[in-house]
Amino acid sequence: MVKVIKVGMADLQSSVHPCIITTLGLGSCVGVALYDPVKKVAGLAHIMLPSSQQARNNSNIAKFADTAIVKLVQDMLALGAEKSRLIAKLAGGAQMFSFVDGSSEMLRIGARNVAAAKEVLNSLKIPIISEDTGGNYGRTIEIHSEDGKLKIRTIGHGTKEI
Amino acid sequence: MVKNINDLNSIHIDVLKEIGNIGAGNAATALAKLLNRRIDMDVPRVKIMEFRDVSETLGGAELPVVGIMLKVTGDFTGNILFILKQQAAEILVNMLMGRPAGDSGAAEGHVFDEIEISALKEIGNILAGSYLSSLSALTNLNIAPSVPDLAIDMAGAILSVPAIEFGKVGDSVLYIETEFTEGDKRVVGDFFLVPDVDTYSVLMNALGVSF
Repeated sequence: MVKVIKVGMADLQSSVHPCIITTLGLGSCVGVALYDPVKKVAGLAHIMLPSSQQARNNSNIAKFADTAIVKLVQDMLALGAEKSRLIAKLAGGAQMFSFVDGSSEMLRIGARNVAAAKEVLNSLKIPIISEDTGGNYGRTIEIHSEDGKLKIRTIGHGTKEI
Repeated sequence: MVKNINDLNSIHIDVLKEIGNIGAGNAATALAKLLNRRIDMDVPRVKIMEFRDVSETLGGAELPVVGIMLKVTGDFTGNILFILKQQAAEILVNMLMGRPAGDSGAAEGHVFDEIEISALKEIGNILAGSYLSSLSALTNLNIAPSVPDLAIDMAGAILSVPAIEFGKVGDSVLYIETEFTEGDKRVVGDFFLVPDVDTYSVLMNALGVSF
């Protein structure tokens, strides 16, 4: 039996092989999956907001792109991963509703989450090898520790592996 | 000092429940008139949830649902979300369009055409309009809903939309939820009012409760 670990909204988890780490119903939130292919250490963060700097309450570091990714990397290094080997895959960051005044900050939060996650990964020099972001639909994702593949399920937009 | 969800005491929660009661009562009446059927509602619940639990409410994060969302603007701001199971949405549309009130029984779920989608949005409009107008009459506040938008997707992805705003100020989200049922107890849907944290005080003060 492969251990399945669930990640909630504003949450992050990591584990060594064998495991599947999953998060359900990603909307505007972005899922950041990290993987060390040699040690087979996998990690997943379900990020709600781009930056802890703009928030009045930033005690939950798993909530923000800037703090969550740094914490996830630390956790994975503690499990034996090597930072230079880490690779990243991104999914989510959709815009579920499109209102007439589509300019409002809340509605573009998906795109801002993706941009923030990329910026943080770049600054940590972790290569982003694939992504399935944007659109107007939700995603359930799972990272497999066996080979680092990220499986994505949707309603009405098929399933894929990246 | 900016107030937060944790600052709400049991009196405040009761006020929010009562708001739900009055608003949803009015909305249920409007829906009953529209469909010419009896619509019942349960006692509104004030749900304060940790983010990690949000997606699992309503019977699973991946459950396909129809979500109709409106933004609330004016003296008091927030979001309204009306969530129906696919099958319930189909039944509702059939009632509204004068067709036999069953569902097609399609295993994949009914695919809604443009007219059906605009009918569902209109239901959202009517429910939100009547909910907010009674709230506005009660509080003397100027409150208006936006044009509705609709998404058919995973419950978790839809419920996360109003939750995200709360992420900036805390680690939980507050929903005022009321369940509507049709005469023979088939669930119609769940109506959520999600007031922005910053406007709790506006709401409380308008009702003469200090916050």
